[in-house]
Amino acid sequence: MGKLTIGCFSSLVGSMNLDFTVKLAGAALEKGHKVDLWLSGNATMMSIDKQRAFKDYSSLEKPLKELMAKGLKVTACEACAEARGYHKDNTLEGVDRKSMDWYLASTFDADKVLHIGGE
Amino acid sequence: MATTKLGFVVQRPPYRSENPKLALTHAIASQSVEVYLEDGDIVTCDIAFVGDGVLNCLKDQKAADHYGLTSTETQVKMALLLDINVLICKEDLDRFGLSEDDIVIDAEEFGADIEAKVVPYAEIAAMMEESKHLLFF
Repeated sequence: MGKLTIGCFSSLVGSMNLDFTVKLAGAALEKGHKVDLWLSGNATMMSIDKQRAFKDYSSLEKPLKELMAKGLKVTACEACAEARGYHKDNTLEGVDRKSMDWYLASTFDADKVLHIGGE
Repeated sequence: MATTKLGFVVQRPPYRSENPKLALTHAIASQSVEVYLEDGDIVTCDIAFVGDGVLNCLKDQKAADHYGLTSTETQVKMALLLDINVLICKEDLDRFGLSEDDIVIDAEEFGADIEAKVVPYAEIAAMMEESKHLLFF
């Protein structure tokens, strides 16, 4: 089994890239691969706690928590989060916060790196 | 002891989106990645500007004056200071009617020892082939 590192840079609401990313991470986990998910830029908004789910907008908290319980490692860019007012105390439980070098370190031994999104 | 080579490719113009700045800040972060790795293991990166992305390298940007922001010009200079290999596509500069006089080549005022390289796209393609992972911004 391999290791997949996914860096996602797209916003939660406004594109479906994060939805695709979460589904892809889930599929890789199901295959037995290790998956690191890095949230940077506008994608850090997925890491904010207490988001309210509306039926007409994407909400990924539930599937993300389910995948984290299965071993998905999710890390948000601390600087990108702070710039957007997402602090440690309102970060979703289980999501780590690191600087950008963590993402690059994750690529070190990754078999594949998928870089998704950006606006 | 092993090295993983990353290639950053910037295609978008400055200030229209966050992408070029994310590319530069992530590339610059490669200089402190060792704290997460085993002794002797390293990550290196090259950053290439292609298409509209070459506009990130323009000289005399006024982002600090008008927006209070660090310019992409300054970030390119920071990358040079940190010995990151900066490649700028010659054909795309030509397309905009730009020459080496119009863009960041060195960062002497920052104390950088290396210079950005204006190269044909073929050299950027070669860099991409050498990289283990490519990150497009």
